[in-house]
Amino acid sequence: MLFTDSLFIFGLILLFFVYFLIPQKFRWMLLLAASIAFYAYSGWTNLLYIGATAATTFFVTKRIEKMAAAAKDAVSAHKSEWSRDEKKAFKEAEKKKRRRWLILLLVFNFGMLAVIKYGAFTMNNLNGIIGWFGERGTLPVPNFLLPMGISFYLFQTMGYAIDVYREKYPCEKNFARLALFVSFFPQLIQGPISRYDDLAKGLYAGNGFDAERVQLGVQRILWGYFKKVALADRILPAVTLLISDPEQYQGMYALLGMLYYTLQLYADFTGGIDITIGIGQVLGIPVTENFQRPFFSKNITEYWRRWHITLGTWFKDYLFYPVSVAQPMLKLSKWSREKLGKNIGKYLPVYVSTIAVWFVTGLWHGAAWNFIVWGLLNAVIILISERCTPLYNKFHKKCAWSNSRPYDGFMAIRTTLMMGCLRMFDCYRDVPLTFKMFGTMFTMWNVQIFTDGSLMKLKLTAADYGVLIAGTLILFTASMLGRKGSVRKRVWERSRVLSCCLTVVLLLTVLIFGAYGIGYDSSQFIYNQF
Amino acid sequence: MAKNKVLIAGLAMTLTAGAVLAAYQRLVQPKYMSDVVEGNLIADYYSSGMDHDVLFVGDCECYENFSPVTLWRNYGISSAIRGSAQQLIWQSYYLLEDTLRYEKPKVVVFNVLSMKYGEPQNEAYNRMSIEGMRWSSSKIGNIRASMTDEESALSYVFPVLRYHSRWSELTSDDLKYYFGAEPNFFSGYYLRADVKPAQKVPNPTPLTDYAFSDTCWDYLGRMMQLCAENNIQLVLIKAPSLYPFWYDEWDRQITDYAEKYHLPYVNFLNDDKLEATGIDFETDTYDGGLHLNVYGAEKLADWFGGYLKDRYDLQDRSQEPVLQAEWNDICARYDAEIERQLKNLEQYGNVKGEA
Repeated sequence: MLFTDSLFIFGLILLFFVYFLIPQKFRWMLLLAASIAFYAYSGWTNLLYIGATAATTFFVTKRIEKMAAAAKDAVSAHKSEWSRDEKKAFKEAEKKKRRRWLILLLVFNFGMLAVIKYGAFTMNNLNGIIGWFGERGTLPVPNFLLPMGISFYLFQTMGYAIDVYREKYPCEKNFARLALFVSFFPQLIQGPISRYDDLAKGLYAGNGFDAERVQLGVQRILWGYFKKVALADRILPAVTLLISDPEQYQGMYALLGMLYYTLQLYADFTGGIDITIGIGQVLGIPVTENFQRPFFSKNITEYWRRWHITLGTWFKDYLFYPVSVAQPMLKLSKWSREKLGKNIGKYLPVYVSTIAVWFVTGLWHGAAWNFIVWGLLNAVIILISERCTPLYNKFHKKCAWSNSRPYDGFMAIRTTLMMGCLRMFDCYRDVPLTFKMFGTMFTMWNVQIFTDGSLMKLKLTAADYGVLIAGTLILFTASMLGRKGSVRKRVWERSRVLSCCLTVVLLLTVLIFGAYGIGYDSSQFIYNQF
Repeated sequence: MAKNKVLIAGLAMTLTAGAVLAAYQRLVQPKYMSDVVEGNLIADYYSSGMDHDVLFVGDCECYENFSPVTLWRNYGISSAIRGSAQQLIWQSYYLLEDTLRYEKPKVVVFNVLSMKYGEPQNEAYNRMSIEGMRWSSSKIGNIRASMTDEESALSYVFPVLRYHSRWSELTSDDLKYYFGAEPNFFSGYYLRADVKPAQKVPNPTPLTDYAFSDTCWDYLGRMMQLCAENNIQLVLIKAPSLYPFWYDEWDRQITDYAEKYHLPYVNFLNDDKLEATGIDFETDTYDGGLHLNVYGAEKLADWFGGYLKDRYDLQDRSQEPVLQAEWNDICARYDAEIERQLKNLEQYGNVKGEA
């Protein structure tokens, strides 16, 4: 089910009414029922996967917590009898046991993801390798339908399990409540990947009606729909056309495709997240922000701190840091310091961890080489950028003009273009083709397409361009104004009437300028494919 | 915020948005005045006196091939056509059901060409058949039966969801006819006074299966039952259009059905009927044999009026004052329209008067 389906919209309105009408203690149960219904709509069998994740996580986290409590009790019971070393050894041994349970849980769940999402990719590649040796690749290639949002709910749930293992917070003792955390429906389409300690409190609180919160939440939902249906879905036919025929659309067309896709992806992903956060806000459930004006970033490192924030922090907390301090990495660090010198030895583990994280980030986006190459290129650019930091600092010190607003703007545009170029892997989904199309942007100088009416032959009318340009300007203005805090909140604080007018205007804008219904192809959210 | 204030604010927002949307919806809904005028045919019926002895239901072969004005002038028969472009059989059924809410004609004439379509076909034609209907269970039934996969029932309830993006295509017609369309039909008849002889009629393509679908038979049966329940004579016809081709295999199925249920069936394509009506495809069609022009429609109505009058005891009602007043107006408009089109033909070479 899409956020843009009329069934979803009517269901959501109904849910809002019922949520505030029923007693507080039943509200989370209503959300669970809605989440199950929402997920079941995508296919009953999908419930098995999410159910398995919820059930195994519930069982293992409870077990881990019980073991930790028992270990603590044992240490307190033998406080006077055991030496410090004995206590330490006991604690280590107990931790190891708990770690085994955690690893079992991670292997089961990520194994499930690996088989479903990466099984075909792995087998195809193995068949390819066998083919190199003259044999015909005959390994069976599995063909699973990817359950909706599996990459999102699985990461969220495994994050929770790791946190429980790390004793960051106690585990959830009620299976139904944990199931709600795992399956909270607005997040299932494309995240964000929330943390239990951020989400759970609001999820189970059953907050009552609050006019300000509901008004601002509804505005956020409408803002999301504006981005999705007025911009992303409007530009979609042009993007599809430009990338579907690479032989015809080269050079400046490739540049256009890159720019159009940048807008589409931004409007699509942030729009979906706005809808999710807005739904949460109406219900009194604070959902983590996933973006912070990413196209204002001065470099790619900053961009990744502002784009899909929850995925970045997940990888940082649960992959980068653990990999960086893992025994093999420490050994590598020691070895490289001894054999390769202090300088290389200092950086090598960081580079290895960074590359590993970006390799996995690429894989997370999809089981294909284009995503892997995309991830690795991100890593390469980030590492080069890190290494060049002293040079940049020198440059900024020497050239005062480089610390000005216009130069910041230049850097933001440069970052946006660079990210757009990297996203071409996402568009063409073919590594050699992407490089080729990127090359044509510099070798085929067909700039006449900007003036000879070719732009009107890309399944976009003058009216479409009008909406897209106006919409992009509105997005830019809203982002600029948003630097000083929520625009919606400021409007609310200034005047309730003005805030109501804003809601009405947003609603009308979505209904009038949205690209939906017959003649338009309302697409699935892009990140739902990942 | 106090509860009452919240309620009032919510209500005010909903009403404001609703009012603006309703006004916008009226603006962007197609007016069907200059192009595709057939879009107004269905709604046109409700402005009539709703007192008809003969009701035609069917597609363009109905609303372009029979002149109700001739039926009135020559026989005093008050008739109406409830037809729209590519009107499917279930649309005819629901329009008949809808009409019976307002009046009970003595004879219902159904053109059988639509038996060839067993599934929903085209959204644009659906819109023209359904949107003009007043809300009733018949309209809901029509929507449910007609929708193609890409359509949503909600967009029939709120047409703004369908036409929202027409803001970029608005013309002066959309403002001029904002509050309503001008009548440009004659009891459901679409008048054309130009002539384009039938010269190149496409050869029929053999079909793999000539059997009409169960859905069509079902609706024909329902139509028959509805007429029987209301003591109305159902007459099946095949209008004299040269194409889309009417296959012998199709004709046999209708003939057998008509015999089985004792229904009259008139195929105007048969030589004897063509001779009796005097239809000449050199002069009586405006689009090369697809549809008749007003001269052909008058010939057909003249013959058919006599046929109906003889068999179904239809009275000459031309002296009834209320009907007389209504038909005098229709006839005057009809004559004026013929004159206007002829003038345009002479001056511009087309009936619309486009330079």
